[in-house]
Amino acid sequence: MNDRVIQILRDAFPQLIEKFFTVTVPLTVLSFTLALLIAVVTAMIQYANVKVLRQLCRVYIWIIRCTPLLVQLYLVFYGLPSLGILLDAFPTAVLVFGINEGAYMAETMRGSLEAVPSGQMEAGYCVGMNYLQIMWHVILPQAFRTAFPSLSNSLISMVKGTSLASVITVTEMFRQAIVINGRVYESLALYSEVALIYLAFCSALTLLQRWSEKKLNAYGGAR
Amino acid sequence: MMLQVNHVHKSFDGSPVLRDISLEVSKGDVIAILGPSGSGKTTLLRCINFLERPDSGTMVFEGKTYDMPTISRADVNAIRRKTAFVFQNYNLFLNKTVLQNVTLGLISGRRMNRVDAEKAARAALERVGMANRTDAFPLQLSGGQQQRVAIARGLAANPDIIYFDEPTSALDPELIGEVLTVMRRLAEDGMTMLVVTHEMEFARNVSNHVVFMDGSRVIEAGPTREFFAHPREERTRSFIRSILERDGKA
Ligand SMILES: Nc1ncnc2c1ncn2[C@@H]1O[C@H](COP(=O)(O)OP(=O)(O)OP(=O)(O)O)[C@@H](O)[C@H]1O
Ligand SMILES: [Mg+2]
Repeated sequence: MNDRVIQILRDAFPQLIEKFFTVTVPLTVLSFTLALLIAVVTAMIQYANVKVLRQLCRVYIWIIRCTPLLVQLYLVFYGLPSLGILLDAFPTAVLVFGINEGAYMAETMRGSLEAVPSGQMEAGYCVGMNYLQIMWHVILPQAFRTAFPSLSNSLISMVKGTSLASVITVTEMFRQAIVINGRVYESLALYSEVALIYLAFCSALTLLQRWSEKKLNAYGGAR
Repeated sequence: MMLQVNHVHKSFDGSPVLRDISLEVSKGDVIAILGPSGSGKTTLLRCINFLERPDSGTMVFEGKTYDMPTISRADVNAIRRKTAFVFQNYNLFLNKTVLQNVTLGLISGRRMNRVDAEKAARAALERVGMANRTDAFPLQLSGGQQQRVAIARGLAANPDIIYFDEPTSALDPELIGEVLTVMRRLAEDGMTMLVVTHEMEFARNVSNHVVFMDGSRVIEAGPTREFFAHPREERTRSFIRSILERDGKA
């Protein structure tokens, strides 16, 4: 590697990091929060077997899981304006990523809710709690614990997935790299640098996941 | 009369599990419900606490009469707050400590303040000999300890009656004694109890009344001493004989 390339990487680094923390991370955090919200609500609706709404949830999950994320991005950003619905790039990305990952996480949450033994709910009723109290204090905490590894997966995959926002003009870290590369033509070096930043951050998240799982395991036993 | 159920019927998918069951409980009664596997004992208890809805039947609880299939959610809650249920497999809240298991229903279900709830919880845990494990989680305890915590959880709310569904049958033999001892002490303190059990010694020595079920019906019911000394029905006699054989006391 010659001095020129090293200099390019050095110059690019602060710009990439800046975009990472000002765009990639907020995009991930907002999208993931939205996804989690959608997941919990749709999973609870299905778990409680609420009529009509339950079917709506199934349709949502079906459509989202069976169409490509990239197509969903294009559809909302380039397609909807012709119906008069015009959203900025960043909110579009948050919305699409949130709605998309929400469908997968909803299935995770539903499975985890159903994995909580039914005796937990019955015991709650028998000590005088109502449905929502039992959900809040007993069922949801246990379901979250079961879902945690899977949800962590979703988060990590979302960090990287935000690079897709580049195709709808959101200048997150990857698009910044493309822009820089347009001036200097060092694809191999620059994209490696980007990959390493993703790698470092996601590795940190993985460690955080391990550590959190240990904490969550505090309440003993195999479950 | 504290509790009375009349003419309870219940079917699962068209096959009857309870046929015309009637039962009376007075304050201070310890009633043992006996019967072979599949006779409907668990279903009966679950119907009495509305974990299952009977197809028909009425309940008189502390002077008020309810139609069991159509009873309102509010009435069910009101009745449940005066009763406690001890499950065969404990069903302690797995994400809560021993102390929280006992206080949760008091604080969240019964709107008691935390200080009073913890006081009541510690007193109840004391009664079952678990006051020294308040910070443990259920899965860190033995089955016998979990069941004692479950009894404390029911006890803490000062119920008028406690239902037990085979409280010792999920336990290793060496752990059964500690739970039965707790139950015997409750009975001596005058607690009203309805106990589904396979423990003949317990039924014989602690209960004052026995209900024998077979094939989804009550076959025979009566005072404990009479039930064991002079069973009227042939099916009762053969059941008692088979249990005594099982326990090696025939
Ligand atoms: N939720 C259910 N759905 C369908 N059938 C059920 C259900 N619960 C119980 N049954 C059936 O009802 C019958 C009575 O069951 P129950 O559990 O009340 O018997 P039991 O007397 O408690 O038996 P055991 O001594 O084995 O606990 C059984 O044949 C059982 O298969
Ligand atoms: Mg049973």
